[in-house]
Amino acid sequence: MTAASPPEVLRAPLVVEFPFTRSLGPVQSAFLTGLRERVVLGVQTADGTVMVPPLEYDPVTAEELRELVEVAPTGTVTTFAWNDHPRPNQPLDTPFAWVLVRLDGAGTALLHALDAPGPDAVRTGMRVRIRWAAERVGAITDIACFEPYDGPVAPAREPAPHDGGFADPVTGIIAPARLDYTYSPGRAQTAYINALAERRSVGERCPSCHKVYVPPRGACPTCGVATTDRVEVGPAGTVTTFCIVNIKAKNLDIEVPYVYAHIALDGAGLALHGRIGGIPYDQVRMGLRVEPVWTEGGRYPDHYRPTGEPDADYDAYKELI
Amino acid sequence: MPRTSRHARELAVVAFAQSDHRRRTDELSEVELVMPVLHEVLAATGLKAGEIGFTCSGSSDYLAGRAFSFTMTLDGVGAWPPISESHVEMDGAWALYEAWVKIQTGEADTALVYAYGKSSPGPVRDVLTRQLDPYYLAPLWPDSVALAALQAQALIDAGDTDEPALAAIGARSRAAAGTNPHAQLRGTLPQGDYQVRPLRTGDCPPIGDGAAAVILAAGDTARRLCGRPAWITGIDHRIEAHGLGLRDLTDSPSTRIAAEHAGVFEQPVDTAELHAPFSSQEVVLRKALGLGDTVAVNPSGGTLAANPIMAAGLIRIGEAAARIHRGESDRAVAHATSGPCLQQNLVAVLEGDPR
Ligand SMILES: [Zn+2]
Repeated sequence: MTAASPPEVLRAPLVVEFPFTRSLGPVQSAFLTGLRERVVLGVQTADGTVMVPPLEYDPVTAEELRELVEVAPTGTVTTFAWNDHPRPNQPLDTPFAWVLVRLDGAGTALLHALDAPGPDAVRTGMRVRIRWAAERVGAITDIACFEPYDGPVAPAREPAPHDGGFADPVTGIIAPARLDYTYSPGRAQTAYINALAERRSVGERCPSCHKVYVPPRGACPTCGVATTDRVEVGPAGTVTTFCIVNIKAKNLDIEVPYVYAHIALDGAGLALHGRIGGIPYDQVRMGLRVEPVWTEGGRYPDHYRPTGEPDADYDAYKELI
Repeated sequence: MPRTSRHARELAVVAFAQSDHRRRTDELSEVELVMPVLHEVLAATGLKAGEIGFTCSGSSDYLAGRAFSFTMTLDGVGAWPPISESHVEMDGAWALYEAWVKIQTGEADTALVYAYGKSSPGPVRDVLTRQLDPYYLAPLWPDSVALAALQAQALIDAGDTDEPALAAIGARSRAAAGTNPHAQLRGTLPQGDYQVRPLRTGDCPPIGDGAAAVILAAGDTARRLCGRPAWITGIDHRIEAHGLGLRDLTDSPSTRIAAEHAGVFEQPVDTAELHAPFSSQEVVLRKALGLGDTVAVNPSGGTLAANPIMAAGLIRIGEAAARIHRGESDRAVAHATSGPCLQQNLVAVLEGDPR
């Protein structure tokens, strides 16, 4: 047993990426399909306010809303913020203004980007118009951005009712999202991963209940205290329970069926999991003694194989199942 | 002054602890970040984990970029034998609200509430865009500073503030943090360049990692555990319509309504801990809460000095309570927010027994 040495923290890129698929209700469907057709629709509340972008309910009364009206592609900036350093995925990759725009005929404002030469060219109250994206699919990004507009102000008129009907309406959106993180596993797991690369398994012992955790996470979940005493365990261990996997996982180059097992390394207070190889799948059993197998250059065991020792007594591992 | 509880049970914050907030904590896993503050509040009350009636935590998986990251931090609680436990994917102030409800219903007499945020692994301005309306906002990736800047410009246009006044808020907060050993940014700091105009670096919160914990207790249990309990005499939370273009960004009616229901306006307060990640948001909150110049606003330095996201709101309640514990305040208002441009707001009134 040795006291934990100061950490050299591991870091690795961690990408979280997911294409969120969302269905649209009738009002959102009409609005986004309209953008594809260069038509901007709002929805009218009971008191006559036209909301753009439209919601399917009144935010004050919570009443359902269905009365669609068409508004103009021109409008007025109600507030703005100058963005000198566009971030990834934002509408423009050159400096631009974020703006809330109240389109002519609407009573509420829409958030988007405004393409302008500099902060001095933007002010609250300025007139703008939509610049449409060249390719439109039925999404808020069908508005590429807004641009300054000094044409005539359209004469005040009632927004025109619209039935919301379009050919081939958009009924859903796919919103891809990707975030790039740098993951650090912390002191305890860094020590575990570094030791694995040296073909050793280290756990940490709870100073209170003396259980040895492998892999260690830095705390004893029973006692709620830090586990700081490092303990070498294994290399051999005992299969405490297992299952036979018959489903071939995508991107996993392992023939099915194979065995996935809980393995209590000698000296560990709980079992970790790993694949069992070097033995036909239907001969794996509880109590089987196994040892880790590293592949050339591997930073962690590829799988575990039988040691050839006699099986462990049930009583020796029953607490670890 | 008389203390009146508007609820079924008297309930107080009896202990508060927070980590030193830092730009990065790569050497600490989340449980390693949280465990010291858990130990600190338990030690302050003499309670053991098994004696706590209810445990509730607040955090967000999106900060860490990992699913169910909060389950790891439960290792620091000592959750065996099984405990009564819950989690909110929100600021810990809302975890405290859930614990408050649990105690009000008589299901528990004590509660441990903790929260943590590790913003350092990811691009937090981009990460926070994922909490926005997924149809009309999230596809444009408007970051948290940009949205706050729109609100700041609306305030400037309305004549509610100007850039020098915003700079003074940042300077006052960071000067106040000079006596807060946990704060990430302290003392005299340059106001810096525009991040998203009109907000400069000094108007924006630091990005960092940190954790906090409080213990709540009811009635006589609170009196036994704490020399001067910080009684929560009122608490309420409200939300704005989620469309930014539907709102008057210069005002916060949800804060005002929550404050009315919490009883803020019934007597003067001497302290306000406001969860205003951006200087401009303090302007909005002061107006909504009707705070005059005699109120000590963010004597801890507030969120401009340390902003561990998901813990920063709970810290406001903890800081207000700690001032009552120390006898530096008799009636304080604590505020927590969540979402863009003060979308959701929680307001609590904390009072000490008459001296
Ligand atoms: Zn233990």
